[in-house]
Amino acid sequence: MENGKVERKDELESILQNFARLANGLIPAFHAIQNSYGYIPKERLPEIARAFNLSQADVYGVLTFYHDFRLEPVGRHVVSVCRAEACQANGSAAVIDHLRRKLGVDFGKTTADGEVTLLPTYCFGNCACGPSVAVDGKLYGRMSAQRLERILRGMGASA
Amino acid sequence: MKVYVPRDFSACALGADEVARAIEREAKRRGIALDVVRNGSRGLYWLEPLVEVERNGERVAYGPVAEEGVEGLFDAEFLEGKEHPVRLGNPEEIPYLRRQKRLVFRRIGKNDPLSLDQYRKEGGFAGLARALTLSPQQIVEEVTKSGLRGRGGAGFPTGIKWKTTLQAVDDQKYIVCNADEGDSGTFSDRMVIEGDPFLLIEGMIIAGLAVGATEGYVYLRSEYPLARQIFEEALERARAGGYLGKDILGSGKSFVLNLFVGAGAYVCGEETSLLESLEGKRGMIRPRPPLPAIHGLWQKPTVVNNVITLASVPVILADGAEAYARLGVGRSKGTLPVQLSGNLRNPGLVEVPFGVTLEELLFEYGGGTASGRPLKAIQIGGPLGPYLPPSLFHVTLDYEELAKVRGIVGHGGIVAFDDTVNLGEMARYAMEFCAEESCGKCTPCRIGSTRGMELMDRILSGKKSPGSIELLVDLCDVMINASLCGLGGMTPFPVLSGLRHFPEDFGYAKEEVEPLLQKM
Repeated sequence: MENGKVERKDELESILQNFARLANGLIPAFHAIQNSYGYIPKERLPEIARAFNLSQADVYGVLTFYHDFRLEPVGRHVVSVCRAEACQANGSAAVIDHLRRKLGVDFGKTTADGEVTLLPTYCFGNCACGPSVAVDGKLYGRMSAQRLERILRGMGASA
Repeated sequence: MKVYVPRDFSACALGADEVARAIEREAKRRGIALDVVRNGSRGLYWLEPLVEVERNGERVAYGPVAEEGVEGLFDAEFLEGKEHPVRLGNPEEIPYLRRQKRLVFRRIGKNDPLSLDQYRKEGGFAGLARALTLSPQQIVEEVTKSGLRGRGGAGFPTGIKWKTTLQAVDDQKYIVCNADEGDSGTFSDRMVIEGDPFLLIEGMIIAGLAVGATEGYVYLRSEYPLARQIFEEALERARAGGYLGKDILGSGKSFVLNLFVGAGAYVCGEETSLLESLEGKRGMIRPRPPLPAIHGLWQKPTVVNNVITLASVPVILADGAEAYARLGVGRSKGTLPVQLSGNLRNPGLVEVPFGVTLEELLFEYGGGTASGRPLKAIQIGGPLGPYLPPSLFHVTLDYEELAKVRGIVGHGGIVAFDDTVNLGEMARYAMEFCAEESCGKCTPCRIGSTRGMELMDRILSGKKSPGSIELLVDLCDVMINASLCGLGGMTPFPVLSGLRHFPEDFGYAKEEVEPLLQKM
């Protein structure tokens, strides 16, 4: 545990070293931090602010403006569903209902066992092949409740 | 022997990667030597994954192909172009594709988009070569003469925008490509970046030469990870090929190009919000004036153009402004890559000259609804575009003609809905989307969208009070006229168009809403 902590600190520091030189490095830095940690650790915000010579309020403001960035860890799996019009026209409501019922959580929430986080997305650009669902970053088109069921079972997340 | 399997985000969402691997596996098992080439998508999305075999320089297409169907294709000797239930023949002869007039998309879907050799072989960099022989004024003049208008949605004449930046005097200017394609029902930017990235790079270099900008950024949305991967690779190759950096092709001119990935904010597709985000800040709208063309990125003169706008430029330079302007109608010149999606049998990318009717697009290309039910409405121009009923499908694709029926071209997306849709619910969704995505800078958008959502909830639940509909129209009026940008200013379009054309979905009779909508 102690070792893990030390290693992590180095990782964030090297990310800051890479991006703080750039005039517009804060957003790429957040992407990089979230890639390594899965989220932006709140307790490290003072350090991030110092590296960019910004106030903590500024850093927090940028962080919370963008839907991509989160201050909490997510579940072991992330399921993102498109909520936009083109997918609605192809029956995404049934897919969304199925997911909410099956997982027992609403958008932005993680199942009690920490397995799955359900996130909304407003368009993957897969509009000609909707409904669209991404599971752990892999996009699936022409989604139906049945197909989704198979995918969820495949990742061992279905009750 | 070559077999082509698209490496396109949508094709991959339908299993193209698995199909490509299965083909390689099966070929190996049978001792057949073949190259699997990952091309872009031709945009015939109901046929994806679309596999093409090349024999003696001729292509034979098969689609849609599933991973499980690959063995059967080998058994049917598809490598010899033989018969099979999903055999489509020469892909270029498929009517959907043959009837189009592809300029921007002329290369997309044919070959490996990351091959510089292939790009040059198919006419790539011809526009740049010509631009290098012209003065900045001459390039701007050429683009102005072509009649090209911004394809991101605003439809502003590109030549005039460029001229403004060219005339601005400063030590540094920028070209920014808006690749934050957030509109639902649009994917043409994604297809260009994934399917012909050098075309965008070429367009940006030419824009740089035209206005005297030596640095550029592509602001790409984070929802497009494959586009990111392909574009990063394309940038590397273009730099190695001497097309980017200092002294482009020995011309003495420089252009440095960078990729910047957004973080999931729809409003950053608005150019001033995009610039704020690109500077590393919250994507808050900037009031205009000053125009970005004069005070843009880091307050420097900046051209902000959409992907399709910039990707049209090499075509215009290579073929000449006259050839481009001959296509289209009225003040809508050239072609538009229309994106058909939603409930259609044949959704996909249709690049055609302006002037085609909506009917032709929806039925002759789109094939009518996928569900087989009646087509009730289309939403045109993205999530902030209006809903139009079939009685308006005779209208032509044309900035001015669409404006006459309160329609917009937007970024060229058309989403079709069958008769199961309720326009009242879609109007509520439009307000919810605006509330979710508002940057918060101006009150009409920030507060108006939330109040609009609550009001729609009351109207739809039947708990409406006598003045509910007047209030909704009044709120829309305020949002349209007092919002700082298109997000708040256009969210009322889907709401009011729904109310105008489908009042029954809101629980009202036509006579009740018509007088209210007259002033709108």
